[in-house]
Amino acid sequence: MTDININLETAAHPENLRRVAIDPVSRVEGHGKVTLLLDENDHIQQVRLHIVEFRGFEKFVQGRPFWEAPVMVQRLCGICPVSHHIAASKAMDMIVGATLTPTAEKVRRLMHYGQILQSHALHFFHLCSPDLLFGFDSDVAKRNIVGIAAAYPEIAKQGVLLRKYGQEVIRVTAGKRIHGTGSIPGGVNKNVSIEERDFLLKDIEQIIAWSKDAVGIARKLFEQNLDLYNNFGTFKAHTLNLVRADGALDLYHGGLRARDLDGNTLFDHYDYRHYWDVIFEDVKPWSYMKFPFLRSLGPETGWYCVGPLTRVTQCDFIPSPLAEEQRKAFLAFDNGKAAGATLGFHWARMIEMLHAAEVIQELLHDTDLQGNDLVNIGERQERGVGVIEAPRGTLIHHYKVDEHDQIVRCNLIVSTTHNNQAMNEAIRQVARQFIDGRKLTEGLLNHIEVAIRAFDPCLSCATHALGKMPLEVELLDVEGKEVDTLTRTTDVVFSKNIRRKM
Amino acid sequence: MPAPLLIFAIGNESRGDDALAPLLVRGLEGWAERAGQVELIEDYQLQVEHVTDLTGRGAVLFVDADVSCSEPFYFSEISAEHDHSYTSHAMTPFALLHTYRQVYGVDAPPAFLLRIRGYDFELGNPLSDKAAANLGAASKLARELCLNGNLQRWRECLPNI
Repeated sequence: MTDININLETAAHPENLRRVAIDPVSRVEGHGKVTLLLDENDHIQQVRLHIVEFRGFEKFVQGRPFWEAPVMVQRLCGICPVSHHIAASKAMDMIVGATLTPTAEKVRRLMHYGQILQSHALHFFHLCSPDLLFGFDSDVAKRNIVGIAAAYPEIAKQGVLLRKYGQEVIRVTAGKRIHGTGSIPGGVNKNVSIEERDFLLKDIEQIIAWSKDAVGIARKLFEQNLDLYNNFGTFKAHTLNLVRADGALDLYHGGLRARDLDGNTLFDHYDYRHYWDVIFEDVKPWSYMKFPFLRSLGPETGWYCVGPLTRVTQCDFIPSPLAEEQRKAFLAFDNGKAAGATLGFHWARMIEMLHAAEVIQELLHDTDLQGNDLVNIGERQERGVGVIEAPRGTLIHHYKVDEHDQIVRCNLIVSTTHNNQAMNEAIRQVARQFIDGRKLTEGLLNHIEVAIRAFDPCLSCATHALGKMPLEVELLDVEGKEVDTLTRTTDVVFSKNIRRKM
Repeated sequence: MPAPLLIFAIGNESRGDDALAPLLVRGLEGWAERAGQVELIEDYQLQVEHVTDLTGRGAVLFVDADVSCSEPFYFSEISAEHDHSYTSHAMTPFALLHTYRQVYGVDAPPAFLLRIRGYDFELGNPLSDKAAANLGAASKLARELCLNGNLQRWRECLPNI
């Protein structure tokens, strides 16, 4: 473990340094770019993760009727539309003064845990397993899901079917595969029928078994590479997450808990409807994405980390037996080192996936899902805040609605924004550990991306249209002149080949 | 049993011309089911679990906006390719067909790709006028394909290269 540092954020004399860009970072959602500034001896002087998305999201929903928000916001992102759907719905619950009925809350929970399951499965089995199973600097031709499918066909197939099961949970609860309308201000517009329940129940035992096996894979990766996994890109950070009233892990609802570098509580069970009293957002001239921080600590040192690793390590317990057993084993592993490691995100993510599968099973046996009391409306309010723990971390939706029912202000703090500084810290640590003073290779640069992918960032819903998403790696000399540029399109990813001017 | 023909539209209707494919299948809703044994599916982007949608089909038609194809559209038959698009959250149809083979051990059904030329993909923007014109032409072809389930007839619609 290392101390917090802001070294490497800004080089003293950038004009004299060589610049390498990884643009965009691959296997993350959206468009991100990493720039490295190196001196003449290949020593790292500056490392930054630049985010070039998120512009216009709040503006996108301004002027819309508030009841459209839960559906509209799903179009912000093709990867986590359900998270936005639910967070916006919770905010609109406040607007309409609703207290949810048991059926409404449980249907939403089922939808949300289905989202957690499918998102975590995709990330572990298909986006990160190539790095984890083959090695960070293995043959780039193998380092993708095709390589995984060839070498580990059963794992690849399980990943597909876990993901598919989560999508089916979403379809049943949201009404449609995409553009779901299941969650509405004040409740839901459909329950779960007996037929739908039985359809999901028939596979849930298998899903739980595969999820448990996945936790075992994550543990084995640590056991086989103990020193690397414990120390790779590892740093200390404050933490922020929702917890249930009794301190349990709860991904749908709860109060905010923040802890400092030593695990001391900064605030606990804080009412998220006033989040702005404890969280503020800083801006930096080199990134479009804001840098949130804990107000009591200030912008320099108050940054924090969210997401699976934070949630699993900072909750008091997980309220499902198999996942709780795995949480305890995770915290105890190698005297707690894995629980403080950046790559511990993967292990924690699989524990959450197991928990999600258990919650889905429990909910499917709850007859409230078949209830008909779906919506509850109370006294209309001007302001609404909805917070959930999305797959990638805490997600905040905040709206102000005028007397004409139109949204006039909106603020979204998405999970990846919370982790902005944390991701920067992780890649700076990796740069120190693996790149500083060495000749650059594609494998070394991939170490930077491995650290970023541990957070599963959703940098935005990039338009996926064919022909877009090029990669460009620039190498500039000390005078800023281009030494070499490598460009690829979607069909030649990972042909990175950094040729150095000797 | 799944419908013999799957038309899979890829796109986000709130991102300008990325709405091309979703709008195309909306125009076929009802009509396509009556015209033949067709299932219409749309999603923001392709992902690994979509291999399960391909099983048991006689043919699959992917429809997507494209920023670089010829106007108004480009229709092609496609095959599995190891094209590395797995490195993103989104996959290409070629990569999906490759994953199908890996997961199921057999080749995916015959697959075609209808690329419709788009120009503007900004969040919140409407469909551009030029893209709307391209959509009309592509929709006409899609209707012909729905009416002619014979793959030989489909191949006769392919451009001569």
